[in-house]
Amino acid sequence: MDLSQINPILLIASLMVAATPILLAAIGEAVVEKAGVLNLGVEGMMITGAVVGFAITVNTDAPALGFVGAAIAGAALSMLFGILTQYLLSNQVATGLGLTLFGLGLSSLIGKPYEGMKVTTLAKMEIPLLSDIPVLGPILFKHDPMIYVSLMIIAGTWYVLKHTRAGLILRGVGENHDAAHALGYKVIRVRLMAIAFGGACAGMGGAYISLVRVPQWVDGMTAGAGWIALAIVVFASWRPWRVLLGAYLFGGITVLQLNLQAAGVPVPVEVLAMSPYVITIVVLVIISLKGNHGAPGALGKIFHATH
Amino acid sequence: MIRPSLILEKRPSPSRFWATTTPVLAVIATMIAGGIMFWALGKDPIESIRTIFWDPLFHETFGPYSRPQLLVKAAPLILIAIGLSLGFRAGVWNIGAEGQYIMGAICGAAVGLAFYPTENILIFPAMILAGAFGGWAWAMIPGLLKTRFGTNEILVSLMLVYVAEAALASVSQGLLQNPDGMGFPGSRNFRDFPAAYNTELITGTGMHWGVVFAFIAVIFAYVLLTRHMLGFHVRLTGQAPRAARFAGVNPTRLVLFCLGISGALAGMAGMFEVSGPAGQVTIDFNSGYGFTAIIVAFLGRLHPIGILLAGLLMALTYIGGELAQLMLGLPAAAIQMFQGMLMFFLLAMDMLTNYRIRFTLKNA
Amino acid sequence: MEETRTQDALLTLEGLTKAYPGVVANDNVSFSILPGEVHALLGENGAGKSTLVKMIYGLVKPDQGTMTLKDAPFQPANPAAARAAGVAMVFQHFSLFDALSVAENISLGMDHPPKPRELTARIRQVSEAYGLPLDPDRIVGELSAGERQRVEIIRCLLQDPKLLIMDEPTSVLTPQEVDILFETLRKLTQEGTAILYISHKLEEIRALCEHATILRLGKVVDTCDPREKSAKELAEMMVGTTLHVPERDASEPGDVVLAMDHVTLYTPSPFGTDLRDVSLEVRAGEVLGVGGVAGNGQDELLAALSGEARLTSGSVLLNGVPIAKLGPNERRALAVLSAPEERLGHSAAPDMSLTENALLTAAVRQRLTKRGFLRWGKTEDYAKRVIKEFDVRTPGPANAARSLSGGNLQKFVIGREVLQKPEVLVVNQPTWGVDASAAADIRQSLLDLAAGGTAVIVISQDLDEILEISDRFTALNEGRLAEPVPTRGLTVEKIGLMIGGMHAPALEDAE
Repeated sequence: MDLSQINPILLIASLMVAATPILLAAIGEAVVEKAGVLNLGVEGMMITGAVVGFAITVNTDAPALGFVGAAIAGAALSMLFGILTQYLLSNQVATGLGLTLFGLGLSSLIGKPYEGMKVTTLAKMEIPLLSDIPVLGPILFKHDPMIYVSLMIIAGTWYVLKHTRAGLILRGVGENHDAAHALGYKVIRVRLMAIAFGGACAGMGGAYISLVRVPQWVDGMTAGAGWIALAIVVFASWRPWRVLLGAYLFGGITVLQLNLQAAGVPVPVEVLAMSPYVITIVVLVIISLKGNHGAPGALGKIFHATH
Repeated sequence: MIRPSLILEKRPSPSRFWATTTPVLAVIATMIAGGIMFWALGKDPIESIRTIFWDPLFHETFGPYSRPQLLVKAAPLILIAIGLSLGFRAGVWNIGAEGQYIMGAICGAAVGLAFYPTENILIFPAMILAGAFGGWAWAMIPGLLKTRFGTNEILVSLMLVYVAEAALASVSQGLLQNPDGMGFPGSRNFRDFPAAYNTELITGTGMHWGVVFAFIAVIFAYVLLTRHMLGFHVRLTGQAPRAARFAGVNPTRLVLFCLGISGALAGMAGMFEVSGPAGQVTIDFNSGYGFTAIIVAFLGRLHPIGILLAGLLMALTYIGGELAQLMLGLPAAAIQMFQGMLMFFLLAMDMLTNYRIRFTLKNA
Repeated sequence: MEETRTQDALLTLEGLTKAYPGVVANDNVSFSILPGEVHALLGENGAGKSTLVKMIYGLVKPDQGTMTLKDAPFQPANPAAARAAGVAMVFQHFSLFDALSVAENISLGMDHPPKPRELTARIRQVSEAYGLPLDPDRIVGELSAGERQRVEIIRCLLQDPKLLIMDEPTSVLTPQEVDILFETLRKLTQEGTAILYISHKLEEIRALCEHATILRLGKVVDTCDPREKSAKELAEMMVGTTLHVPERDASEPGDVVLAMDHVTLYTPSPFGTDLRDVSLEVRAGEVLGVGGVAGNGQDELLAALSGEARLTSGSVLLNGVPIAKLGPNERRALAVLSAPEERLGHSAAPDMSLTENALLTAAVRQRLTKRGFLRWGKTEDYAKRVIKEFDVRTPGPANAARSLSGGNLQKFVIGREVLQKPEVLVVNQPTWGVDASAAADIRQSLLDLAAGGTAVIVISQDLDEILEISDRFTALNEGRLAEPVPTRGLTVEKIGLMIGGMHAPALEDAE
């Protein structure tokens, strides 16, 4: 065992890479839940985004196009959920689960021919001068563009939710859909937009795994990242900056675990492999001890406007 | 200006007619949509659908081989779905049945293998108990966390699937590894251990002990839900939690009951599978039954008889899917999507049970 | 007279009709509202008041008929259009967002809200001008019912409405808070704002309104100046038949049956109210009335008595024997029965049949189970008996609870308990949202029960009801119970003080 192999600077940099897929999926889901909808299909949308992004990039050699395609695929899949739950009033838990199962099947079908292929990954952007700063440079200014995009999405979501009228309406719809309807807001339209945003974010998160983090297509490669994203939304009490914190903490645990495996720590590989999931459970328990404050009032409830 | 529009109107009581009709319609719609998908994959849609739904039962050559498989594949699905349906009815969302299935298999197999090569009639019953215990204990984790701390059982039970998979990987290369297996991962094969083997009870039918237990579970759930106070409390808790409390239901006990029974049934299913059809503990012996059972539970409308039929239908798509893979080169994932579609169509049509669609002309 | 009213009218309705499947909610409704007038819309539950105001506010489109606002045709496509035309509405419920601040709530109700800072300043200004103190930064979920209503009123006032619609505004207020509200409304009418005031509280309407339109079964049946009519005359116009006033036999109460001794109950719910040091006694054959404004511990008091909640401290005694540790069914076995306020989801399961709902509370005393197995035949017979003896209008016991009207379901719920021969019966808001004739039946059955020797506790916000049926009166305020006093000879002022508590902010505001 040689712990000195673990370089803290690289650790932090790779932590951000490990965290970004979950970060993207979680911020999308946070917005969906803020609008009062519980979409358990995050895993399905992520894996679909992963395979679509990969397929597009293999065929075009343009990872940026891959991410756009993944976002569109995720949003399209989320609309299936949206139509079922918002217009056909189906149970959100069951529909979300169905979406995950469907997405896993769909991705496996699309991905079959792409197994084992190589792909152009996103180039790192070295920001001139800033990236040369010792310690901070490699940590903050030597990343691929998607990391900065994900941070901008967090900041943008925070700003929109907190400081704009659109955000206020979205929160109102999620808090009490009957009141929002009575005041004349289009509950279903607001929710569909939120669901689509959540789908697009999950799709990009999935694509980040297949295009940057791995980068390869492996069947079922999201391996529960979508579920962890759901847990992080709860951890974050539906607040964007805490989503960032939660995702980076989780990324840190994952990377550390991989580093420990590589360093040959005398702990069985399986124990290290299960550690992220166990830690997620522990965190969920700690959060629930404090009480689930901040859960939107109408979360998961079916909205049916009478008359 | 007058324009036509569609309005959903809540029915005074759920429609019985639609409750029984929608699953059938959903199957038909899935066949049509699936046919289009198969056509898009370059296969003959009619032939694909026939290969999946007809040939496993009635084909001259494949029928005799496939027919027994129907019960073999349906048994774990039904066993798990029955347990899940009780929880779903009470609003307890155990979606980690796959993990409980794995833990049941590990515990059941461990008890059996511990006695190898003793031949005793009590070994198999002990394995059943151990399997049920393994699944029950695994389900108690989300159960206790939910009742003690209010932790979301959906996320915890699901996380535990990944933990169980890691545990499975560990034991099949460690604790339960076949000492005579020349280092290959995987346990001894139960076919070589008659006292612990979940054998076919009637040759050529696929009937094994798991099938027997699945039928018992269906009857048990039916009686519970329609004739017993506990079943009434399960339904009441799901429909009106406050009213359930008023009726004297202890919510903690009910949550633990629902999770416990679904865990125990899933664990038993895992044990029957590993000691029979699968034959040994391997890294990937689990084949997603725990997740497919969720579809089975909904397709069967959370009703025991419905689940029985839905389980058989879903088993048919598995066998038919394998056949279609073999005969037509249809990818395995297409079948998985096919199952997902079935769930979507069912959920979409569910609305007809509780709502009436009215066509009106209104002023715009 | 209506002719001249139409000429200077602010809003005129002509022939408004709206039908839903199976029911005509409004049938050819016509009347006008003058500027600066408080116009009462009077009618029983189900008379069509809500549908009518929803049409004026743009939430529902009329099938037929026209509206004219300030001499121009008025056809609001949605609430925003109605607001733009100068119509504002204060809802009975469902229109606040608990997790958002007062300012955010108000902003959501405006079509062109000013910048947050400006809005906060205007809220302060308006709330002072109209005597409605309110802090714009507080979270609405933490406000009292009266304060929550202020949020809605201020939300409307900020838009300078020409017409303000108020739907049952006083149902959640103490008498003192009602006075404050009326002051505000009078100030508004002096500025020329018209108010459409919906209520079935007759004394209030007589005190406040200059003109009343009375609806029955969707039709305008009468108009009058309520100041010139007695409450009884108004009630008869509203109901259409002469009211049945419950009768009671004066009888001496017996021994103390149920007692609560220094009961404290901390509720786990963030929106609940803790019970603090509550003591009470109720005797055989006596009706104890518990008044108070909603949200002052009524649900918790019922839960403490029904066995749904575990006490933090204190004891509950039945004939001197402690029962605080017993659950709902163990108490039912001892003949302590109850009927909570919320019919759909608490005292009854909406999607279950009446037979199943009979099983919900009657399983123990009516022996509807045998070793845990259900006796459906016997259960159905019991449901049928409740339906028959309490005149519940339904096609049969197989119908879902939610298919019944509020009054019929409440009769079923009360009947289900009464027929089990309780020794103690606790009911919470027994006639809330129930039509007048069903309410009279329910009150009569409670009185009959007491006459038979049952100790009855009636928790109700409806003071008329409590005064009518109870022997002794007490009130809940912020989870504390006032010292019970005999009902006979109580004045409204005294009741107001008991309900408001001696230290309630409402009283300070009033001074």
